[in-house]
Amino acid sequence: MTLHSAKIGQPVSRIDGIAKVTGQARYAAEPHPAGMLYGFIVNSPIARGRIEAIRDEAARAVPGVVEVMTHLNRPHSALFEKSYMDGLGVPGSPYRPLHDAEISFNGQPVAVVLAETFEAAREAAMRLEVDYERWPHNADFEASLHQKYMPGKTRSNYVPPKSRGNAAEAYALSPIKIEGRYHLAPEHHNPMEMHATTVIVEEDGTFTVWDKTQGPQAVQAYLTSALSLSKDQVRVRNPYVGGAFGSGLRAQHNVFLAVLAAKMLNRSVRVTLTRQQMFTHVFRPEAVMDIALGAQPDGTLQSMIVNGVTDTSRFEHNMENLVIWGLINYKCPNATADYKVAPRDTYTSSDMRAPGAATGVNLFEMAIDEMAYACNMDPLDFRLHNYSDIDAMHDMPLTSKALKEAMHEGAERFGWQNRPMAPQSMRDGKDLIGWGMATGIWDAMFSPTSARATLTADGRLHIATAASDIGTGTYTILAQTASEAFGIPMEMIDIELGDSTLPECPTEGGSWTAASAGAAVWLACQSLREKLFKAVGKSGNISAWLTEGLSNNTTVLKDGFLQDKGADENLRLSLSEALSLTGQDRLEVEETAKPGLRGTISQMRKARFTHSAVFCEVRVDEELGIVRVTRLVNAVAAGRIMNPKTAASQVRGAMVMATGMALHEESLMDERVGRFMNHNFSEYHIPAHADIPDMDVLFIAEEDPEVSPLGIKGVGEIGMCGTAAAIANAVFHATGQRHRNLPITPGD
Amino acid sequence: MRQFSYSRPDTLDAAQRIPEHTRYLAGGTNLIDLMKSDVERPKHVVDLNALSMSQIEERPDGGLRIGALATNADTAAHPLVTERYPLLASAILAGASPQIRNRATNGGNLNQRTRCHYFYDPDMACNKRSPGTGCSAKGGRNRIMAILGTSEACIATFPSDMCVALAAMNATVNLTGPEGERSVPLRDYHRLPENTPWQDNILRAGEIVTSIDLPPLSFGPHHTYLKIRDRLSFAFAIVSVAAGLQMENNTIRKACIAMGGVGTKPWCVPEAEALLEGKTPSPSLFRDAADCLLQGAVTDRDNAAKLKLAPRVIIRALSQAAAGTPQSQTQKTIF
Amino acid sequence: MTDVSVASPCHLQINGKSYSADLPPSVTLLDLLRERLDLTGTKKGCDHGQCGACTVLVDGKRVKSCLILAVSIPDAEVTTIEGLAPDGHLHPMQQAFIDRDAFQCGYCTPGQIMSAVALLEEGHVHTREEIREFMSGNLCRCGAYNGIIDAIEQVLAQHQQDRAGEAA
Repeated sequence: MTLHSAKIGQPVSRIDGIAKVTGQARYAAEPHPAGMLYGFIVNSPIARGRIEAIRDEAARAVPGVVEVMTHLNRPHSALFEKSYMDGLGVPGSPYRPLHDAEISFNGQPVAVVLAETFEAAREAAMRLEVDYERWPHNADFEASLHQKYMPGKTRSNYVPPKSRGNAAEAYALSPIKIEGRYHLAPEHHNPMEMHATTVIVEEDGTFTVWDKTQGPQAVQAYLTSALSLSKDQVRVRNPYVGGAFGSGLRAQHNVFLAVLAAKMLNRSVRVTLTRQQMFTHVFRPEAVMDIALGAQPDGTLQSMIVNGVTDTSRFEHNMENLVIWGLINYKCPNATADYKVAPRDTYTSSDMRAPGAATGVNLFEMAIDEMAYACNMDPLDFRLHNYSDIDAMHDMPLTSKALKEAMHEGAERFGWQNRPMAPQSMRDGKDLIGWGMATGIWDAMFSPTSARATLTADGRLHIATAASDIGTGTYTILAQTASEAFGIPMEMIDIELGDSTLPECPTEGGSWTAASAGAAVWLACQSLREKLFKAVGKSGNISAWLTEGLSNNTTVLKDGFLQDKGADENLRLSLSEALSLTGQDRLEVEETAKPGLRGTISQMRKARFTHSAVFCEVRVDEELGIVRVTRLVNAVAAGRIMNPKTAASQVRGAMVMATGMALHEESLMDERVGRFMNHNFSEYHIPAHADIPDMDVLFIAEEDPEVSPLGIKGVGEIGMCGTAAAIANAVFHATGQRHRNLPITPGD
Repeated sequence: MRQFSYSRPDTLDAAQRIPEHTRYLAGGTNLIDLMKSDVERPKHVVDLNALSMSQIEERPDGGLRIGALATNADTAAHPLVTERYPLLASAILAGASPQIRNRATNGGNLNQRTRCHYFYDPDMACNKRSPGTGCSAKGGRNRIMAILGTSEACIATFPSDMCVALAAMNATVNLTGPEGERSVPLRDYHRLPENTPWQDNILRAGEIVTSIDLPPLSFGPHHTYLKIRDRLSFAFAIVSVAAGLQMENNTIRKACIAMGGVGTKPWCVPEAEALLEGKTPSPSLFRDAADCLLQGAVTDRDNAAKLKLAPRVIIRALSQAAAGTPQSQTQKTIF
Repeated sequence: MTDVSVASPCHLQINGKSYSADLPPSVTLLDLLRERLDLTGTKKGCDHGQCGACTVLVDGKRVKSCLILAVSIPDAEVTTIEGLAPDGHLHPMQQAFIDRDAFQCGYCTPGQIMSAVALLEEGHVHTREEIREFMSGNLCRCGAYNGIIDAIEQVLAQHQQDRAGEAA
């Protein structure tokens, strides 16, 4: 069998597939070092106060219990708050696990029980008794809105809204207006794999930390800083990550506590959160957006006023880019927006898939639909009528925006042209049928990334970068990239990811990994090929055809063989033969892809976004109000698509999560205690098989050499943006009833 | 989960000689879940699975006896059940998931406990879990809580689907215990919370459900199990209705109806059934029945949606039953 | 390992191999597999029967291993994802999952596959809608649902062909 090089853009099946379908892929809680202890975390039942006493006799009496680690007996960790800052750069005072007796949120870890077996640790945790002094708290979002504020120091990725024209005046003068408060319930990431850490204490005393994270190097940096360890004492690994969706952007307390315990006892330790405990840390913030839109009767937007608030903790100022999206995406002469955060006594909210945009785009697109109806215009036509070819907020050109094409192609695929305008005009039996649409927008980002390419004596190509594949298909697309860039079949490539010792790669998130790690791998492979050609050329003692080819620059590396374009096809040299000619047993290069590479353009000169147009059909039982999504079409303009198979899965996956946002997901805060009460998969409903119809994802051709070195924009988040609004808008079209709160649940 | 001893007796007699703080284990799908949540803390677990109580057999009166240890899945798939009691099969298939139904037993289904968030969380006050501590579901996040049969002490919903069908059909629960055997109508098996919400049902110490008897009933196609929930599968009911009608020339001869998701026990109101009997199906008749079924409903902070939905679900279910178009549990369109 | 409570005997056939030990009764089948036998292909996603990631076959039926005490299924035959294709070749369902991109992070995947294999053995699904209902006990947060249904449909079609062939 001849093995052929895969090309970027081919629908290749995942190369980590066999490991995953056979159960061989190992996740954070799955290595089993000898003598490992199990750690089980005990959480605070109160939202604010202090620990008065810890009575651990009953816990310690459970056979197999080795230690009960609390703030009273834990080993030393860094003193200063700044040592606990992580890569996410949320301003404020980061939470320091087991630091002292003070309680700042319900669910805060107060102890870790360590035992020889999981069963013993779990039981002892149940038997630990802790007394608290309770202090007043506020966990009610409505009440916290009275204390909303703009943090003095903002998150590094925060984009301040920029006003244009005079929105208030233009609104007052607009003949057609809509105004409303839109609300999104808090949501939890709930990756299927719970957050977990296995710390292996190596023979030399160093720690190998298997952690569920999106950034092994970020966790390594956090641990070295917070636990005063040197970089060579901590290696963080995450070769497989069972989903994360943002929950693994920050180092969670389990990794700190597991390493702390391993340090304390000098034994390997595993700490796994329970599903209930997954509701004690990060979540997508609750949000309100007050949106006022004004337009001319012909549907020309005159004014947009967007005021939004998301919640944060009392100790950190988590911020989202919530209010900017409409101002960027729509042409409208007058616009203004304001953003604040509201503090409550909970853990800090955090980034969840398309942070800011998932909330801000969806709620805004629900308002746009209302405005289209107020103008008696088809929602698609209304959007086309107010289409902006530039980033209208920054008055800046875009590297590309094939949204118009996405709207047309999506509409055609969906059959939008047959849509009657009036709500409640389609029915089938007892079902009202509604068609809704919305557009989506998300950042197309690129971050400096390094990769190493190594050719070994067996003729295999090894690629290494500290990226994480959280289900995104990174292993596969990097193999495709290497295959094309180097000229070698995928089967001869090994991809190594998820290890802090590998070349630097930013934490996986923001949909930037494909563009960034892809560029680094491309660069490293090209560079390695040049190095190989040079080394072969210098080696002498090579066949004439090759000498000639190399000097004429007609030698190519194709399907894993060096060949000369002009020479007989049978004259070729395998990579292991080529390498042996050079007298070396390996050739290696490491390269860093930086902005500016291959003619990419500065973010200061052009704005860069991914766009989408989502179309949805729902059926709503007229009497019962039960909503079923029956069709979803998403047309995505995301630059170059590395692998349409895995990319479509990414988009579909986000559409599933957005269906949850529209119809199912809500973390129910009992503000009396500050706890999310539906802290399980039985009562926090993520969509199940039965909720999800066949979804159609189409990618719109969009060549964009300026956005990133390979023309990639990323597809991890765009599916979140717009889909929930399309569903809500379809519900309106079916029923004539507007919903401004998500999720829309039975009885609403 | 706290340590406990485990035994697996092979006679009923041995199974009934139990020390204090014993829990019986059947399918375990609820008990083990509750033990992991530290809600149930038995010192002894007596596994009943060595007893032969999984038969499904015809009764001399033309009814059917389904063993307490028959799994939900086997019961729903049994030809005698699918042919004669499709309402029961439908209700079972509306509950949980195939994996759960493969383990969960009929006896266990009767004895499953509420899904109340506050009952499940030992950090919260709950009279059902810890008598006398109070009810934190009241005034809390109680969207899933009951609106019927509640008390000051407890507003927890009884979560079963199967029992709703059994209640509608007037099934009988057969029990055996240290004081002998007895049979109790299913409608009397579960208790209202009143001042003693920790007592879910009338089981006495050492008593075991041995089987459930279904009366010789036939609704033909005139039955339905209609369940409304927060997602389209694998979720507990917000409101569900089991309805069976014996129709004769477009007149309701006998009406059997019970509700799930709304009550502290499977909710039946004989007056509502009587009100339907001898009448011709009509929307206004069904509305009267709904009013009767929901008499006395009380909502709390978050669960008004149940009261809004319930009459509509009752009316639709009765319409489905009258029309002889039972709700499919796979096709999500509600006819 | 020090065990916490009175141990009870546990005898099982796991992927065709016998396993016998005295275990604390609080050890679930899931924790036995993952923590004591290093069979980590079976996943823990909730530990309360609410996600399906721990699905294995016990005596040929799909069950949630997190809700079963290991000591309570004497002499049962347990099949996990590691035992699905012991000869090293992929089971058709595993291959279909790869072909149809029926997973992303891979964490719910073994449970989905075991559930799907049992589903076809149960033999009462014919349409995509029915497959969806009878797979709803297996949650997937990556949202690979379309691919999973495609994969199951692919194997279902093979099954039906095979059966038709046998009948002929």
